[in-house]
Amino acid sequence: MKIQLIINGYKKELEVRPDEYLLDTLRNYNYLSVKRGCDSSSCGVCTVLLDGSPIASCSYLSIKASGHEITTAEGIQKEAAQISTYFGNEGADQCGFCNPALALTVYAMKRELSNPTDEEIRDYLVGNLCRCSGYVGQQRAIRAYLEDTL
Amino acid sequence: MKINNYHKVNTLDEAYALITGNKSSSIIAGGAWLKFSKKTIEDAIDLSNLNLDKIVEAEETFEIGCMTTLRNVEKNQSLQNFYDGIIVKSISEIMGIQIRNIATIGGTVAGRYGFSDLIPVLLVLDTKLLFYKKGTITLEEFLNLKGFNSDILIKIIINKKIGKAKFISMRKTSNDFSVINVAVLKNDKECKIAVGARPNGAIFAKKAMEYINNFKTYNKEVIDECASITSKEISFGSNSRASKEYRVELCRVLVKRGLQEVL
Amino acid sequence: MKNVNRGLPSIDGKGLMMGIPAYTDDLADANSLIIKVLRSPHPFAKINKIDTNRASEINGVECVLTYKDFKRIPITRAGQGYPEPSPHDKFILDNYVRYIGDEVAVVAAVDLQTAEKAIKLIEVDYKVLEPVLDFEVAYDNKTIIHDEPEIHEMFPIGFEPKKNVAAAYDMHVGNIDETLKNCDVVYEASFYTQAQAHVMMEPHTANARIDCYGRLVIYSSTQTPYHVRRIISQALQYPLSKIRVIKPRVGGGFGGKQCIHGEFFVSAVTLKTGKPSKLVYTRKEVFESSFSRHPMRFDVKLGATKKGILKGIDVSVLSDTGAYGEHALTVFMVAGAKVLPLYNKVDAVRFGGKVVYTNHTPAGAFRGYGAIQGNYALESAIDMLCEKLSIDPIIFREKNMIKEGESSPIFKIMGEGTEGIEMNVESCKLDYCVKRGHELINWKDKYPFVNGENSKVRGVGMAIAMQGSGIPYIDMASAMIKLNDDGFYNLIIGATDIGQGSDTILAQIAAEVLETDLDKMIVYSSDTDLAPFDCGAYASSTTYVSGNAVVKAAKNMRKMLIKEGARSLDVKEEEIIFDGVLFQTEDGKKSITLSELSNRLFYSEDQQQLVATNSYVGTKSPPPFMAGYVEVEVDTETGVVKVIDYTAVVDCGTTINPLLALGQVEGALAQGIGMTLYEEVLYNQKGGLITNNLMTYRIPTRKEITNMNVEFADSYEETGPYGAKSVGEIGIDTPPAAICNAIYNAVGVRIQSLPVTAENVLMGILKNKEKRNEK
Repeated sequence: MKIQLIINGYKKELEVRPDEYLLDTLRNYNYLSVKRGCDSSSCGVCTVLLDGSPIASCSYLSIKASGHEITTAEGIQKEAAQISTYFGNEGADQCGFCNPALALTVYAMKRELSNPTDEEIRDYLVGNLCRCSGYVGQQRAIRAYLEDTL
Repeated sequence: MKINNYHKVNTLDEAYALITGNKSSSIIAGGAWLKFSKKTIEDAIDLSNLNLDKIVEAEETFEIGCMTTLRNVEKNQSLQNFYDGIIVKSISEIMGIQIRNIATIGGTVAGRYGFSDLIPVLLVLDTKLLFYKKGTITLEEFLNLKGFNSDILIKIIINKKIGKAKFISMRKTSNDFSVINVAVLKNDKECKIAVGARPNGAIFAKKAMEYINNFKTYNKEVIDECASITSKEISFGSNSRASKEYRVELCRVLVKRGLQEVL
Repeated sequence: MKNVNRGLPSIDGKGLMMGIPAYTDDLADANSLIIKVLRSPHPFAKINKIDTNRASEINGVECVLTYKDFKRIPITRAGQGYPEPSPHDKFILDNYVRYIGDEVAVVAAVDLQTAEKAIKLIEVDYKVLEPVLDFEVAYDNKTIIHDEPEIHEMFPIGFEPKKNVAAAYDMHVGNIDETLKNCDVVYEASFYTQAQAHVMMEPHTANARIDCYGRLVIYSSTQTPYHVRRIISQALQYPLSKIRVIKPRVGGGFGGKQCIHGEFFVSAVTLKTGKPSKLVYTRKEVFESSFSRHPMRFDVKLGATKKGILKGIDVSVLSDTGAYGEHALTVFMVAGAKVLPLYNKVDAVRFGGKVVYTNHTPAGAFRGYGAIQGNYALESAIDMLCEKLSIDPIIFREKNMIKEGESSPIFKIMGEGTEGIEMNVESCKLDYCVKRGHELINWKDKYPFVNGENSKVRGVGMAIAMQGSGIPYIDMASAMIKLNDDGFYNLIIGATDIGQGSDTILAQIAAEVLETDLDKMIVYSSDTDLAPFDCGAYASSTTYVSGNAVVKAAKNMRKMLIKEGARSLDVKEEEIIFDGVLFQTEDGKKSITLSELSNRLFYSEDQQQLVATNSYVGTKSPPPFMAGYVEVEVDTETGVVKVIDYTAVVDCGTTINPLLALGQVEGALAQGIGMTLYEEVLYNQKGGLITNNLMTYRIPTRKEITNMNVEFADSYEETGPYGAKSVGEIGIDTPPAAICNAIYNAVGVRIQSLPVTAENVLMGILKNKEKRNEK
């Protein structure tokens, strides 16, 4: 079936199966920043923004998203690059596989929460797992990014 | 999981006709857990177009549309102050934000999942459910219904009262499912206790409630006794998250802690 | 232009965060056939009959492979130096299946739906056999898991398949029985560790295609591209010269990608069909059908004098390698070799035991590689012994542990799969690490415990650890540096960046030697056609072994540059001063910039391409050391343990990049904390893994890991590149023992089986209470 999505600001008409999940659709259409990690909405590497809010694309039917706005890391290149400098400065990036999704979630958090505490940052990002960094470097980086840009 | 036809319906009648017309039809709420099902859904019914994603605060009730996402319930200003924000707090502990932006309150309640963090909370809050055919029934009645499919949950209706309430859960890691969870509430009339993730679904601790509601003041002994009654009256089981024995002990401790907060 | 010991951001971090396609599946051919694997529902069975006709007939199915399609060539999937110290006990596909999740058949189809449909139509008639699901009864069991005549060891590793033994090892120094007999105090205890899962965020992924030269090109998320090429060639009997393996960016490995996974299948399908193919493991497959950490049982006996002098260590180990023997012997040996030398002053040591087969998911390499298991057992037992001796565990360690300039007989006796290398530890700041950690965590005010609010108690605990830096005389690395016009370089290396940042730190090393900026050192790595050999990312070898190769190659390049600089200025080489940018004579009268010189070499005079190549194989494996201190909070009513603070002081020699080194230690600590407190592995009665997805297998989230304090000791290893040793694994070793010691110090419950669960802690607390009441 055909669905209409606004992906990163552009209207797209895509062909999907009724039981297809958004992660598969987006990767099929070459939005490769969206990664496959666990297929059970547990790890967060497939995060995209649906009308500005982070969702696990592995667990959202593409057809349900029809008519909505989807943002992937391809759509926030400037912000992702900016956030990455903070990660780089804290030794927080390693394999990078979870990072496009994390950048998107941080981007959404920044628009949703004003001046979040450490605890609020962790609450917001708890669905973004990382196996490399041990999280503390990410926390330092995100805090520094928010302090500098809020 | 396989879906053959997907219907974004425009009326509840249309949805009802589909759901009663075919045994292998199913309402899609958030759709997040669907993928774990092995069945083929002939007609998937999406209620997104029916404007059922609103939270309406009336004088005596909150009415939450079934398609409201957990995250939108969590962000509702009025609910943040209602009974110490117990609804908001219990939802905020559910996995990550990426799933709370997908899962709906209707799917959570209708799914009657044993691990649900929200159901014990809604139980103690005196919650009613509005169904398309069945009309209004209490949440407790719904939980006790044997088999349930051919109806549509439209709204969750919560009576507004004033009081204190506390939700406490135990998890292995912060985005895990509850090993056990407890909701405790106290208003000017009564005290209520519900326990979930036993690992079976949430139920009231009726004997403990009867015991504690005999008192006007509550000292340590009363609280301890009430917690102890709860852990004895409620049946627990073992699963991969915890043994029965551990759940019994946790139940006692968490109910005690909950009561200490609300009394 | 200082590049080494400088905290620079990793060179690929920005692009990866922006989501630029860079991982294996991002680079798959768009028209790849999709591969799905039919997996065994039985822990042990013989395939009586397998019928693929119905599956093959489906429109869109291009190929179905079973054991009948492969020659019977036993191989090992362990990505190790050749000949491997792992038994050759695996066929690509076999007519026996040996664990739930083992491969039965392979389907390649035009899309996933078709492949999944076809998988269901393969009819298999199994003869279900009695499995071995408990590693403690595996030895000499009536069930023989590997009864195939063709399987073999490459050299003696104690391989005895008829008794379910994948490998065995025994060693001793001195007379342990005599020594223990003469000790004032002997302490005995047993410990168990679980089959931790790597949970790298990127699942195992591979794809293949035939290029326009008719060669097989494999993209793989691997830690060992050169070993992959060799093993694929052996297994498929396909010429090595016709295989190219490319490792793109890798989304985490931690040892899990040091074994072959889907490469066999994409290669076989593409060779058979001539079409590109790809395979991405589901998360369930990663858990069930790849590799885990080796679960082990340790029986430890320690003997000491009343005054707290450790005299003897006796360790007997049983290790569970699951259905296949990847890394069986070497992980087992590291459990001794990278633990026992910590206490080098003892009179006698005995270490030995067996690695047995069971019908569980195979175990393989995993960061820590035996050392974390051994460290948990020994460092827990040391604390238990100290309690018996009524001696402060830190004073005891300071008295008995290894110090700078000292040696241990273990180094010579035990290597990885073979004998080891005699060496003195010329850089060892362990004494500093212990003192500094003690101070940072404020031990004197917190030891053993402090009562907290309500039912909470806080306790502190610690452990010391060591690891290695590569495998001497076996694992080789090489590097190539090419000068370009305008005076920038390519650094071409076989070393495998799996997210740890090796491309960045190796470029830093090359840039340091050549006194240039990091952005003038362009890295290309891990492509078996284009880059020189490197054993791969394992055994904590990249910084030390590959780093040394880079130093040597860069020094060669420097020599070449000076020679050409001198020629261009018409002076002797000795007269040239080169600062990375400018060649000039001492008097400054003659000069030429590197940019000018390179342009001259390319376009005008003495035209030639300057390429420097060199390689390195270690002659020792200098251990990094660390002290780990932890403060935990135990809820005495629920048993929940929270890590309040983890303090680590690490001696890894010079940190080439202090930021990336910090990330290595913080990340390793989190994995160690995960293994200790959260990562429970459960099997059902049938032998199936219950914890086979991320909803049941819990790794720590950012709410569990909130506070770490990592410092590096000022240390310099003479044999390392700019004084560096390794840092990739050392961070994972201490959490199990340190946390268990802290829990004991807090509430008097000793956990001897990992992971620590809240339930076990609470049951221990309640038992203690009962005992007290009885008294």
